[in-house]
Amino acid sequence: MSLRIVVCVKYVPDATGDRRFAEDLTTDRESVDGLLSELDEYAVEQALQISDEADDAEVTVLTVGPEDANDALRKALSMGADKAVHVEDDDLHGTDALGTSLVLAKAIEKTGYDLVICGMASTDGTMGVLPAMLAERLAVPQVTLLSEVSVDGGKVTGRRDGDTATEQLEAALPAVVSVTDQSGEARYPSFKGIMAAKKKPVESLDLDDLDIDGDDVGLEGAWTAVDDAAERPARTAGTVVKDEGEGGKQLATYLAEQKFI
Amino acid sequence: MAEVLVYVDHVDGAVRKPTLELLTLARRLGDPVAVHLGPGAEDAAKVLGEHGAVKVLAADAAEFADYLVAPKVDALQAAYDAVSPAAVLVPSSAEGKEVAARLAVRIGSGIITDAVDLAAGDEGPVATQSVFAAGYTTKSRVTKGTPVITVKPNSASPEPAPAAGAVEQLAVSFGEQATGTKVTSRTPRESTGRPELTEAAIVVSGGRGVNGAENFHVIEALADSLGAAVGASRAAVDAGWYPHSNQVGQTGKSVSPQLYIAAGISGAIQHRAGMQTSKTIVAVNKDAEAPIFDLVDYGIVGDLFQVVPQLTEEVKTRKG
Repeated sequence: MSLRIVVCVKYVPDATGDRRFAEDLTTDRESVDGLLSELDEYAVEQALQISDEADDAEVTVLTVGPEDANDALRKALSMGADKAVHVEDDDLHGTDALGTSLVLAKAIEKTGYDLVICGMASTDGTMGVLPAMLAERLAVPQVTLLSEVSVDGGKVTGRRDGDTATEQLEAALPAVVSVTDQSGEARYPSFKGIMAAKKKPVESLDLDDLDIDGDDVGLEGAWTAVDDAAERPARTAGTVVKDEGEGGKQLATYLAEQKFI
Repeated sequence: MAEVLVYVDHVDGAVRKPTLELLTLARRLGDPVAVHLGPGAEDAAKVLGEHGAVKVLAADAAEFADYLVAPKVDALQAAYDAVSPAAVLVPSSAEGKEVAARLAVRIGSGIITDAVDLAAGDEGPVATQSVFAAGYTTKSRVTKGTPVITVKPNSASPEPAPAAGAVEQLAVSFGEQATGTKVTSRTPRESTGRPELTEAAIVVSGGRGVNGAENFHVIEALADSLGAAVGASRAAVDAGWYPHSNQVGQTGKSVSPQLYIAAGISGAIQHRAGMQTSKTIVAVNKDAEAPIFDLVDYGIVGDLFQVVPQLTEEVKTRKG
């Protein structure tokens, strides 16, 4: 029986660029180049590894985003995913986490799945709530924040490193998994992979295809509103001194003045 | 006055500090009602009451420990149904955010995560967030349903405000999803005796400049002299010098202490994303051009192996 893996990926503004807000207080996607969220690369990697170990598996990468988000899908395809699904609709602009989870869940159900794999968080919004929301919406187990994951005999098992304990988890498929940056380094696309990716199918879906009312998504339909976004004032230049042998003592004096000692 | 649910983060009834911070913030919005899941509610109730909880809704069941997240969502939803609160506040731990996320889907409410401040507004609670590696400060609201908001540690100072804090049993019926993900084993993290990284008032972090696992004792010694937590940059963690659980940065933990000391850390964007909201930032680095110096309140250009041990000795002397 074939194992259907869907990897949710996000196209995000490059964190090394000058990220900012647009006038409508959504993320400005013009000011800085976008790319596949680094934390999602780990999800693609684990999907490919699980697929390699399965007798018969298919990896579909799924994104919700504007036209450019196609770049994120191409990257995942060039790493080795089999096909891609791109949910794109003008009405999606400004959709928040709750709305995005609705769109992803509908698209995942339409695509068909045994296993959904996500990164632990996006590198732009950094909320880290999508995997749990997907499990809730799909009514399947959530096996999240895994640093190790394996799939065998219709079960997914993994290791979750929490704040206070490390847990071993186990759930029956279908399930939603999220993986951390400790799950294993993501592979670089090979030249062959990049060439092959050009020929792989990318299915495009809009809100009609998913039976979603445009009023339930987008900026107007969002469950949250950003009322104000202020650029943080540049920190006033601090004191920087060269150590002439007494640097540690000088620092102690500063910390004492600030009442830390 | 409206009631505000506060989800309690605790270890066997020992309430963790971020929950006390939440109670302080919750009082700006209404009367805090604490939700305590798992053992130790009676012990916790004392502390929760001292910090303003008008009551403590408590439930204990094997499901909370034996299965991941979902049973706690069932319980928080039961509390929500019982109270009809004006808002639901949850600490921004990994698990807290997952519990909050699922509750938001269930009750059809918007969710805001990682708030660093909360205020009452005409249209409900206004949450302050620090986004894009602290490049922006935003003010947000939930516009549909009951606001579900997770709050980062160190967002407020816990203030005592005695209230009844009487324990009431919360009846929870677990849904089909509750037992979906089994916890087959749990190994508590070995205690280092140091404060937890995300909660600590002072964090001392080491990076590439520490140059080896065997040298991290220099960082630890300074941390111990200050009662601080120890952090590490991604470079130090990837090199295997310090555990990933101590990584500060975009792919590690986000910290917001009163004082952050970066030793041998250049200050790549990845690291800055995790520490830029620290109140006071101090750095020691050999490279005068390191970007970390753009952020500092006080910086020393010098060899950390000279400066840090000297600082440690001086701190010990001054503390007597």
